[in-house]
Amino acid sequence: MQYCGDFRTTYEKDVKIFQTPFVKICMGFLGVALVALPFLVKGEYLWISMQIVIAVIGAVGLNILTGFTGQISLGQGAFLGVGAYTSAYITAKMGLPFWVGVPAAGVVTALAGMIFGIPSLRLKGLYLAIATLASQFILEWIFLRWEPVTGGSYGIVVPRPSIGGYVFDSDRSYYFIVLVIAAAMVLFATNLMRTRTGRAFMAVRDHYISAEIMGINLFKYRILSFAVSSFYAGVAGALYGHSLRYVSSEQFNIGVSIVYLAMIIIGGLGSILGSIYGAVFMILLPKLLTVVTTQLGTSFPGIAEVAIALEQGIFGAIIILFLIFEPDGLAHRWKMIKAYWKLYPFSY
Amino acid sequence: MTMQYLLQLVISGLVIGSIYSAVALGFVIIYKATRVVNFAQGELLMVGAYVCYAFLVQMHVPFGIALLLTILFSMVLAMIIERLILRPMIGEPIISIIMVTIALSLVLRSAVSVVWGTDILVYEPKLFPQAMLMVLGVPVSLEFVWCFVLSVFLLAVFSVFFKYSKAGVAMRATAFNQQVAQSMGISVKYIFALSWIISAVVSGIGGVLIGNINGINNTLYHFGLKVFPATILGGLDSILGAALGGMIIGVLENLFDGVCSTYFDLAGVKEVAPYVILVVILMIKPYGLFGTKEIERV
Repeated sequence: MQYCGDFRTTYEKDVKIFQTPFVKICMGFLGVALVALPFLVKGEYLWISMQIVIAVIGAVGLNILTGFTGQISLGQGAFLGVGAYTSAYITAKMGLPFWVGVPAAGVVTALAGMIFGIPSLRLKGLYLAIATLASQFILEWIFLRWEPVTGGSYGIVVPRPSIGGYVFDSDRSYYFIVLVIAAAMVLFATNLMRTRTGRAFMAVRDHYISAEIMGINLFKYRILSFAVSSFYAGVAGALYGHSLRYVSSEQFNIGVSIVYLAMIIIGGLGSILGSIYGAVFMILLPKLLTVVTTQLGTSFPGIAEVAIALEQGIFGAIIILFLIFEPDGLAHRWKMIKAYWKLYPFSY
Repeated sequence: MTMQYLLQLVISGLVIGSIYSAVALGFVIIYKATRVVNFAQGELLMVGAYVCYAFLVQMHVPFGIALLLTILFSMVLAMIIERLILRPMIGEPIISIIMVTIALSLVLRSAVSVVWGTDILVYEPKLFPQAMLMVLGVPVSLEFVWCFVLSVFLLAVFSVFFKYSKAGVAMRATAFNQQVAQSMGISVKYIFALSWIISAVVSGIGGVLIGNINGINNTLYHFGLKVFPATILGGLDSILGAALGGMIIGVLENLFDGVCSTYFDLAGVKEVAPYVILVVILMIKPYGLFGTKEIERV
């Protein structure tokens, strides 16, 4: 018997990634679009697309920690930096290939994340936020001062990856590497949330005492969450470093941490899809603001001088408006829109 | 390293620390009453410093009146911020509140840069006489002494305010339990607004003081980031803790910086030392020196 509507009668159906054939088709189209993108756009636009894909990895990582496990982190920017410097050191100074550098960046950053995650065993909420803020400043300072490894204020020049004789020198070829890694990591995160580990993360977030009573080892899962999240940050940072071909300490300041936090809050806490929306939004927004302010600058010359400051201000204002009027994020809004059309025109 | 040099470090640390104390005091007042973690505290200081500059230098108002106008401006600004931004956020998770104050800090920073630019500005008629004073055999600029005395005075005034005045008691009651406070006839909304106003005024005065000593530029908000080590050390909800925490952090960062640059040839320890101290305190004594011991061991 065929019911009208989308009914789930087994657990397997309920935890499926693609709930309906329609979603599968849509995802197929999205995949094709992402692969075709570098052939359709070029220059600045391709660069922005690449940055979005890299940011998606970092945002998904932060969402695993903050959105799914409920551990607020203000240090994502510094963890990106750890990844970028690790990969830079391995590829530029030790001469090993990119394919070693990026996984190593993930592992080293995961270790760093575990170390800075140790306070989370005793601290929560605000105190943890402040502890991670401290880790951001401490790491930033290390980036600048540990000159033999990080190159100090000069930074490190990083090569692009290569296979055999082929060098992924153009943005287009590099985009594909980034895309494949990002797709794999997003898929892994989605699947992770369907396993015992993912459910344990969410239990820790929702009520840690209940979680502990139900047999979840808080120590293990908090540290694990920090490790997974930092692994993502490390890979994202490494990819970012290789995309720029240059790593320096000011690329990973507190501002980056704020942007990543804004991504997952605006996208939607505790939602993989939300992290993707958030990453797209937060990377596009500054570019859009730059376009707007330069446009305004041509008609009002006074604005050109203060354009950068003005951009920052508008950026902040948009975050404030979002938090006040759309506190559950874009993913929630997307759900509401879907629900509206599902029930249309009888939405009651 | 001579005794003289050490004393010098301690004294200049105390002066900077007294500014930290003022900002930390503002932070604690807001946190105590409303449980909002204000990441924009340093920006309130910066706005105060710039507004006073505008009145004093750009409009040639005498200092007393300029200070009063600055205080008035800070009050209005705080009321607007509280009403428009923080009031709708009541009941939201802590991460959203952190984010909204961070965004607020971006907006305030940008507003200051747009209006006054990014150059260093100096208060023209210096408020304090430019003389040296000998303290324990160490020459100290008189404006440092004034700055220190005024900060301590400010801290004392607010301690008395919280202890004895009706509004102060009402604020403490609200911090303790909002529902009970409300049933005793205290308007919680009014208390929220009041705590923001007091906090902005204290920070604004701190800004004016630091503007008198160092001049102002758009990196002044860095003072706000030192608030976290200071308040964590003193205890997040303790006025006395904020006052002492600020001083201690000011002295310690100066001492660490002095020792490390002399003996280990490490520059820039000043920026990172407060945060290392912060992490250490969080690990061994997370509720600080005077904070309420409410953290659950997990």
